[in-house]
Amino acid sequence: MNKLLKKIDGERLLLGLAAPVLAVVTALVVTALVLLASGKEPFQAFNVMLDYGSKADSQIYILNKATTYYLAGIAVALGFRMNLFNIGVDGQYRMAAFFAAVVGAQLHLPGVLHILVIVLVAMLVGAMWAGIAGLLKVTRGVSEVISTIMLNAIATSVIAYLLSPGRLAELDASGNVSTKVIPDSGHLFNIATKGGSLYGFIFVAVIVGIAFWWGLSRTRFGFDLRTAGGSDSAALASGVNVKRMVVTAMLLSGAIAGLVGMPELLNNSYQYSLNFPTGIGFTGISVALLGRNNPIGVAIGALLWAFIERATGHLEFAGYDKEIAGVVQGVIVLAVVIAYELVRRYGLRRQQSRVGRQLAAQAVPSKNQEVSA
Amino acid sequence: MRRVTQLAAVVLSGSLGMASLAACGSTSDSGSTAGSGSTASAGAGGGGLKVGMAYDIGGRGDQSFNDSAARGLDQAKSTLGASVKELSAGANETDADKTQRLKDLAGAGYNPVIAIGYSYAGSLATVAKEFPNTKFAIVDSTVDAPNVTNLVFTEEQSSYLVGVAAALKSKSHKIGFIGGVNVPLINKFEAGFTAGVKATDPSATVTPQYLSQPPDTKGFSSPDLGKAAAQGMLDKGIDVVYAAAGSSGNGAIEAVAGKSGAWAIGVDSDQYNQDALAKNKAVILTSALKNVDVAVLDYIKSFKDNSLKTGTVTFDLKSGGVGYSKSNPAFASDSATIAKIETAKQAIVDGKVTPPTTVKK
Repeated sequence: MNKLLKKIDGERLLLGLAAPVLAVVTALVVTALVLLASGKEPFQAFNVMLDYGSKADSQIYILNKATTYYLAGIAVALGFRMNLFNIGVDGQYRMAAFFAAVVGAQLHLPGVLHILVIVLVAMLVGAMWAGIAGLLKVTRGVSEVISTIMLNAIATSVIAYLLSPGRLAELDASGNVSTKVIPDSGHLFNIATKGGSLYGFIFVAVIVGIAFWWGLSRTRFGFDLRTAGGSDSAALASGVNVKRMVVTAMLLSGAIAGLVGMPELLNNSYQYSLNFPTGIGFTGISVALLGRNNPIGVAIGALLWAFIERATGHLEFAGYDKEIAGVVQGVIVLAVVIAYELVRRYGLRRQQSRVGRQLAAQAVPSKNQEVSA
Repeated sequence: MRRVTQLAAVVLSGSLGMASLAACGSTSDSGSTAGSGSTASAGAGGGGLKVGMAYDIGGRGDQSFNDSAARGLDQAKSTLGASVKELSAGANETDADKTQRLKDLAGAGYNPVIAIGYSYAGSLATVAKEFPNTKFAIVDSTVDAPNVTNLVFTEEQSSYLVGVAAALKSKSHKIGFIGGVNVPLINKFEAGFTAGVKATDPSATVTPQYLSQPPDTKGFSSPDLGKAAAQGMLDKGIDVVYAAAGSSGNGAIEAVAGKSGAWAIGVDSDQYNQDALAKNKAVILTSALKNVDVAVLDYIKSFKDNSLKTGTVTFDLKSGGVGYSKSNPAFASDSATIAKIETAKQAIVDGKVTPPTTVKK
C-alpha cells in the first residue's frame, strides 16, 4: 500500500512538471515563429537572452525582481487556494507601500523596530484594503472579482489625491512628487555582490513562502481553508465557518500583498513617488497561475518572469523588438492553463484505467477507493 | 512527495548557485567597458558620433513628447551623421530597469546619452556617476552631476501666452483646460495658462480637467478620453479648449471642430501643421510650442562642437525654446490679438511678469 502511494506521488510529480515544461516549450516555439514572421532569426535572439540573462548583474536583478513577484504570486495564490480571485493585489500593495512610506518617514526608531513598524503598517493597510472586498462578499454577496478591480481604481485615486504637494508628499527639484525619504534606520540591509546589491527582503520572501506552505498544509486552519476553497457545502458540513474563512483569506492575501512593495521601499527607493512600480499585482496572477499556487512553483514562476523581463530588455538593444517579452509571457500563461488541463485529463484517464485494471485483478473494492481518493 | 520536492529544491538552488559561480567573472557591461573608454572622449568627430536615446513610456510613435525628441534625433542623424541607438521604457518599470537601460547605452560606448522624461532622474543620477566620461542629458528634469545637462522648458510661459489668446478669443468667457495626467509637469501648463487668461480677462473662468491620475498614464494617449472631456466642456458653454495631453489632445480638437465658433489650442508641436490633424486644422487657433526637437538637436550639436554645457539649460521664451505658433491664417491676420500677445511676451522676456509653475490646490 505504502509502495503504491509512493509510486502515484512520483507520477503526479512528473505530471505536475510536465505541464509547465510543456507550456514553456510551447511559448518558445510560438515566440520563434513570431520572430521568424517578423523576419528575425530566433535562435540568435534566444542566445542573446541566455547570454545576457546569466550575467552576474542580471542574476541579481532577476533575484530582486523575483522577490517582488514572488510575494505578489503568493498573495494571489492564497486567494486561489480559497477559490477567491484577488485581482486587487495591485491596489493593495500600492496603498500599503504608500502609507508605509508616509508613516516610515515620520518615525525615528531604532533600526529593527523601525523596519518592523513599516512592514506592519504595510501589511495592515493591505489587509484592510483587501478586507473591504471580503466583507462585501460575505455581507452583500458582491463578487470579489468585481470589488477588487474597483478597489484598484479607488486606490489609484486615493493615492493620486494624497500624493500631491501640500498633502502627504512634496515636489522635488527633478519634477517628481514623492513622500519624504525614510530615515536611515528604516532602511533594510542590502547584500553587496559583484553584480550589484541583493535586496535583503529576499529572506522575508523565503520566510513568507515557508509560512505559506506550513500554514496551508500543516495546520487545521490551512485544511479548513482548502476545504472551503474546494467546496462550500462540504466545508460547512464539517463545521467550517465559510464566511469567516472568506474574510480571513482575503485579509491574509491582502497582508501578503502589502509586502509586495517592501523590497522597493525598504531596499531601494526609500520613498513612494510617481515612479513607484505599478502593475505588479497582475504579474502576481500570472506567476501564481504558472506556479500552480505551490510555494516552490510560484518561486520558479517568479524567477522565470523576472528572467524573461531581464533578458528581453536587452533584446531591444540587440535590434529585436522589446514587445517580444509580452508575447513570451502571454503565450506562457495561455499555454500553462491549457497544458495543465490537458495533463490533468491525461492523468485522470491513466488513473481511471489503472483503477479499472486493479478492480478487475483484485476485485477488492475497499483498497481501490483509498487509492483513488 | 515531500522528499522529491526537497530534492528538487536542493538541486534547483544548487544549480542556481553554480550558475552564479560560473558567471561571477562577468557582468553585463564588463565586456564593453573597454570600448567605451575609446569613444568617451568628447567630440570624437562626426564619424564616431554615437548617440544613445532612452525614451519615456510610449517611445517613438507616440505623436507627442517622445516623437518630438525623435525628430531632433533624426535631424542629428541626417545633418551630423550621428549613428543612434534608441531604447524605450516599458510598463511597470522600476528604477532598476531604467538604470539598466542607461547603463546598456553608456556601456556600449554611446556618448552622449539622452534620457527623455523626468522619470529617468533617479536612475540617471546613479548611472552618471558610474560613467564619468560619458555625457548625459535629461529632458524635463534636473540631475545634479558634472557630466549631465538638464534640458528644461518654461512651459508656463508659452501656456501663459496661449492663455492670453484664449481669453481674447472666448465669447462666453468660459475656457477649458484638459491635462493628460495630473502630474507636476502638466500642472505647470495649467498654472501658466490660467494666469494668462486671468491677466487678460479677470471675469473669465478656466475649468481644468485631467484625463487620468498617476501612475495611470493613459491620459496622454487616449484620444477618446480627450474627445469626451472636450465635448463635456463644449456642452457647458466653454468655447476655447487648451489640451496639454499628448495624443489625447487630437480627440479634443476633433470635438471642438464639431462646434462652430469654438477654438482649440494645440500643444508641444505646431499642431496646425500636423498631417494627422489636417482635417480639423481650421479650429486650431494656435499651439503652445515646446521645442524638444530643437533642444535635442542643439545638445547633440554642442557635443560635437565641443561646446557642451552641463548643468541646467533652460529653454524659455527668450531663447525661443518655447513659444506660440501663428500658422493659422485666421489667427495670424488678427493683428489686435497678436499685438496683445506680443506685449505679454515682451513682459515675460523682460521679467516684468513671471507666470506661476504650480497650481494652488
